[in-house]
Amino acid sequence: MRELTRRVPPRKVAQLIWLGNMARKVLITLYGNEVAPRFDLATEVLIATLGPDGRVEEEKTVVLPQASAENLCHMVLTEEIQAVICGAIEEEYHQYLTWKRVNVFDSVMGSLEAVLERLEEGTLRSGDILFGK
Amino acid sequence: MKAGRVPRIKDLFELPVALSPLIDEVPLGVAVLNPKREVLLFNRALEALTGFARHEARGIPCAHILRSNICIQQCPIARLRNGLSDSVSLEGDIINRDRRKIPVRVTFAPIVDLTGRTVGYLEAVEDIRGLREMEGKIGKAYGFGQLVGRSPQMERIFKILPVIAQSDSSVLITGETGTGKDFIAEAIHQASQRAKSPFVKVNCGALPETLLESELFGHQKGAFTGAVDSKPGRFRLAHNGTLYLTEIGDLPLSLQVKLLTFLDDKVVYPLGSTKGLHVNVRVIAATHRDLEQMVREGRFREDLLFRLNVVRLHLPPLRDRGDDVRLLLEHFLNTLTSQFRKPVKGFSGKALRILLDYPFPGNVRELRNVVEYALNICPEDQIHPRHLPAYLVEPRVDVQRLQGGDAAFEVPRRVQQQEAGKDLNWAAVERKLIMDALVKARGRKSKAADLLGWGRSTLWRKMKQYEMDS
Repeated sequence: MRELTRRVPPRKVAQLIWLGNMARKVLITLYGNEVAPRFDLATEVLIATLGPDGRVEEEKTVVLPQASAENLCHMVLTEEIQAVICGAIEEEYHQYLTWKRVNVFDSVMGSLEAVLERLEEGTLRSGDILFGK
Repeated sequence: MKAGRVPRIKDLFELPVALSPLIDEVPLGVAVLNPKREVLLFNRALEALTGFARHEARGIPCAHILRSNICIQQCPIARLRNGLSDSVSLEGDIINRDRRKIPVRVTFAPIVDLTGRTVGYLEAVEDIRGLREMEGKIGKAYGFGQLVGRSPQMERIFKILPVIAQSDSSVLITGETGTGKDFIAEAIHQASQRAKSPFVKVNCGALPETLLESELFGHQKGAFTGAVDSKPGRFRLAHNGTLYLTEIGDLPLSLQVKLLTFLDDKVVYPLGSTKGLHVNVRVIAATHRDLEQMVREGRFREDLLFRLNVVRLHLPPLRDRGDDVRLLLEHFLNTLTSQFRKPVKGFSGKALRILLDYPFPGNVRELRNVVEYALNICPEDQIHPRHLPAYLVEPRVDVQRLQGGDAAFEVPRRVQQQEAGKDLNWAAVERKLIMDALVKARGRKSKAADLLGWGRSTLWRKMKQYEMDS
């Protein structure tokens, strides 16, 4: 835990403390092999389960029958997701998820690989641009 | 664009000019993309619209910066790549960095070099929030297309029209003459996906049966005497568009069968041709007749009615539209004064009362004609009763329903008004009422007197007075 505190910027620490050492479920909206530019238009999501050491232990991809921000929010709650990583999201849904104690990392741009890497490192932030980095 | 180099315009001015400051002055969001759809240039207006700074956007795929539904659902550059060389303009929305959804119109155009090779794309993004707000207000105040109305009946119609327009189902529009059936049909076409394709109108009552068949379905050269050329027919002319069949109630039975076949398999068989042609046409039909009654009388095919009756729109007569009369009077006065360049400002109180009391059997068309007549006659800045058509101003007989008689017996309103307009002599009208009652009662005077709500002696006296007892 201490190591984590050293590695991540101070702004992020609070979120990681809240997530604790228990298994964490993270939902990433997908558009091909990248984070979907729009939360409300995503038709594919990846649900990753992170172990106590912060490594991805399990991954599953879910293809949605249709794009809908409401349905995605519902899925986040029923799947007991603790963090959502997405591109653009409307304020209404952002507030709703935050109110439901879900961490929302929005305006994230980049490939799934780069995002998962940052996630495992614990250095992912909202607004991160990970293309070509 | 190579990193660290400032993009310039050469050969336009004496010395090269930097491009970025120039596009920064454009009040529209502008982005220049490379063939991989990554952002090369980004102007100030687009920075303000998206919330991303140009240094953040540079080198990033445009879908992640613009974050528009167009990029994800129907990116036109993918189509441009497949050989389309024209610019494409589409409406959609973006979600900016402040998480706000903004309606936009995006124009995509290919950038070609001197050899004609596509070297990139230009994207112009226009914020249309103001336009949308205005559309909303206009829609609320006036209605749909050229139709105007604020009555609950019309509001209901305006609300469902956009939905109907977006579907591809057949529509049957019913309503009295002058209620705006033609306008509704055209408005549906204009608001539909077929708006850019033809809207072809055919009046089924205007042509004799033989001509109508060739007009609708076309004919082959030599199909009949005088067919010196092949004719495509209205169905083929309306391919990918809308065919509007007005006065469908007047369509002869033989053609009803042919129309029915078309609605089933979307294939037309021109006269004299053995080969059918597949056409993609949406059919909108309209009539002022009671089609259900015609079906009962065997004059209209029930199965055709069922096929046309997918979406039914009934336009209410003006007399049932309450305050819409006032609104329409003002509307037509405004449009016609500017058209005729007349300095008329409005109606006098008396003229307005006369107009509001009149039942307008010819509905909106009649109302428009009355306003047009008054405007032509009026030399002043206000329309007075003397400027209105005579049949509105002079006293008229308005017997709605004869009291105390057979409920089914009603003197047709239009007949009364015509009679009243033609001859304002009460004696003539009373004579007509007696005659109608006698016809209805098949000559039995006591029944006729009952129908009229008179005693037998009154009827006898009046018949004698009008010399009808012989």
